[in-house]
Amino acid sequence: MRVALFITCLADGLVPEVAKATVRLLQRLGIDVEVPLAQTCCGQMHVNTGYPRSAVPLVANYVETFAGYDAIVAPSGSCVGAIRHQHATLARQAGDLELASAAAALGGRTFELSEFLVDELGVTDVGAYYPHRVTYHPTCHSLRLLRVGDRPTQLLRAVEGLELVELPDADQCCGFGGTFALKNAAVSSAMLTDKTAAIATTAAQVCTAGDSSCLLHIGGGLSRQGAGVRTVHLAEILATTRMEPLP
Amino acid sequence: MTFLGMPTAPKGVGHLRGESSFPTAAEAALGDQQLRRNLAHATSTIRTKRAAAVAEVEDWAQLRAAGAAIKDEVLAHLDTYLLELEEKVTAHGGTVHWARDANEANAIVTELVRSTGSSEVIKVKSMVTQEIGLNEALADAGITPIETDLAELIVQLGHDVPSHILVPAIHRNRAEIREIFLREMSGVDPNLSDDPAALAQAARSYLRRKFLSAQVAVSGANFAVAETGTLCVVESEGNGRMCLTLPRTLITVMGIEKLVPKWQDLEVFLQLLPRSSTAERMNPYTSFWTGAVEGQDFHLVLLDNGRTATLADPNGRAALRCIRCSACLNVCPVYERAGGHAYGSIYPGPIGAVLSPQLTGVADNPSLPFASTLCGACFDACPVAIDIPMMLVHLRSRVVDDKAGSQRLPSPEAATMKLAAWTMRDPRRWTRALRMMRSGRIIGRRHDRIRRLPYPLSRWATTRDLPRPPKETFRDWWSHQ
Repeated sequence: MRVALFITCLADGLVPEVAKATVRLLQRLGIDVEVPLAQTCCGQMHVNTGYPRSAVPLVANYVETFAGYDAIVAPSGSCVGAIRHQHATLARQAGDLELASAAAALGGRTFELSEFLVDELGVTDVGAYYPHRVTYHPTCHSLRLLRVGDRPTQLLRAVEGLELVELPDADQCCGFGGTFALKNAAVSSAMLTDKTAAIATTAAQVCTAGDSSCLLHIGGGLSRQGAGVRTVHLAEILATTRMEPLP
Repeated sequence: MTFLGMPTAPKGVGHLRGESSFPTAAEAALGDQQLRRNLAHATSTIRTKRAAAVAEVEDWAQLRAAGAAIKDEVLAHLDTYLLELEEKVTAHGGTVHWARDANEANAIVTELVRSTGSSEVIKVKSMVTQEIGLNEALADAGITPIETDLAELIVQLGHDVPSHILVPAIHRNRAEIREIFLREMSGVDPNLSDDPAALAQAARSYLRRKFLSAQVAVSGANFAVAETGTLCVVESEGNGRMCLTLPRTLITVMGIEKLVPKWQDLEVFLQLLPRSSTAERMNPYTSFWTGAVEGQDFHLVLLDNGRTATLADPNGRAALRCIRCSACLNVCPVYERAGGHAYGSIYPGPIGAVLSPQLTGVADNPSLPFASTLCGACFDACPVAIDIPMMLVHLRSRVVDDKAGSQRLPSPEAATMKLAAWTMRDPRRWTRALRMMRSGRIIGRRHDRIRRLPYPLSRWATTRDLPRPPKETFRDWWSHQ
């Protein structure tokens, strides 16, 4: 099986530790993961801000870059949601039916990290060690677009030393929403305040999730409030072992 | 995309447009602590109840699919079903009127009331008459409309507009309601307390006098059955039934999408609607009438007001499936914080954000499609499976295209998006652009995080830090592995 990493633009430029952790984790599980550097971005930002036609070349680039792989793994529910639910439609609306069918096929082979581990590799215990009190925020797109369900918490529960505490009102959006955070900053901040307050009630040291974007938002709020809670991506926790602690 | 010949809801009448954009209105609403507490309490209570009422129906998924399919059938053959309805209503002694928009509908209703010689009408709770501003039109003609739904009465006496589809006075608490009654309700006990039972009793006494004296009633309709010509109103209080049965003249205003083909189709909707809206297995009062009952005059006004224009957009037309249950409002985190008035339309929340801009044309409601994080809770809750997030995204592109068409120069946002797309289209350009993010390390060096940013990113930095960009991008790290 040829497996490729879709880095995601956010992880590539702003939080590379998340992508490095994904690579470490997959390699530890015996996957010879490749990273084709022709990849750029899934185009979701363009589509969701109202510029779908600008995203079509990005769909084409995604298809061209990854067509030769059996599975593509991304540390993001949101990007995988866009690839699976937007790419084919975008190509079809642009009148490119060939691209649409290639994009649809590729969407079926593109997996969010927890989906890939639990469904494709069939593992829940990835041999991680992470001795911290952790709460998990299910991001909206992993929850409602991908329906990852309890896959992430299955993985977290199998981590040695990890104490998983339930987040109250976990399924409530953190208020990020891409450009929503800028266009509707006040409502976004109000939602974030409620999310960080819910995190505070768990007395967790770490808040984790499967999306760097939501974690950037939640972490940005926690940092500004001086809350003393860190945000750590699911991939980073799962990549951590006794031999290889979190850098 | 243009919709030649498709009339949208006209300006200057009705309640589909706000005075300020959603972000501005929402920010003001967020400052109202009382409103936020009322809304958070009310929406979280009904959210929990609805989830339970839906969970006990084993075949909910099938019911939901059936609801969507029936509505899609209606929308695909609207012309046929509307004519069938007209024929059946007429055959049963009713009179059918066709209204292109709010102004025509208001003129028809006003003229009908005038011809009865009555200067007062009692009203069943109805969204569509709020949509067209019928109360204002009647008042302008010297006719007093009296809302008989308790919450609508509170809104009317408070000289206010509804902020929720189902519970229009959700933004009011009982102390405020007591004050409104004492100030505005004729013949009210001056020692009225704010006990809910006492408030309900005061409204009951007031309304009972109106029910017995009124000669004309105006209603909306939840459903109209094409094959029989039967209309249906679903309600909780029984005040609607008083209006539908007591006065000599009944005028029903109905959006053209409210049809179902067959009587049997109601089986689906009378399960979907109460569980989704009030979280009840069955609503207390379901009234049906076919044409004019003996001794009564019945008029049906069929309203377009932007519905045909909505139907013309293949990616937007599913909004016309909506049965006004308001489940999407109650699960929406944005609605919960901003409240209904921030949307500027009597259709607030997620469905309002896709329906209002389509009824008015996107140019008149350009901020509404952006009033969502696309979290998807609305789609999950919708009993007729309207993919609201996908529709919001589609309408965003219509807003962007509309703005691009009306401006000579691209907006800063459009220019940024174009530049980003150009950069991301080419891996080499993208690799260089990613490396440039490192320059952000300078602003983040003092606290090892970024606390201030230039406009428009300053809107992020009001409440949120950004991490200091890394020394090396992932792809550079990977390249020397």
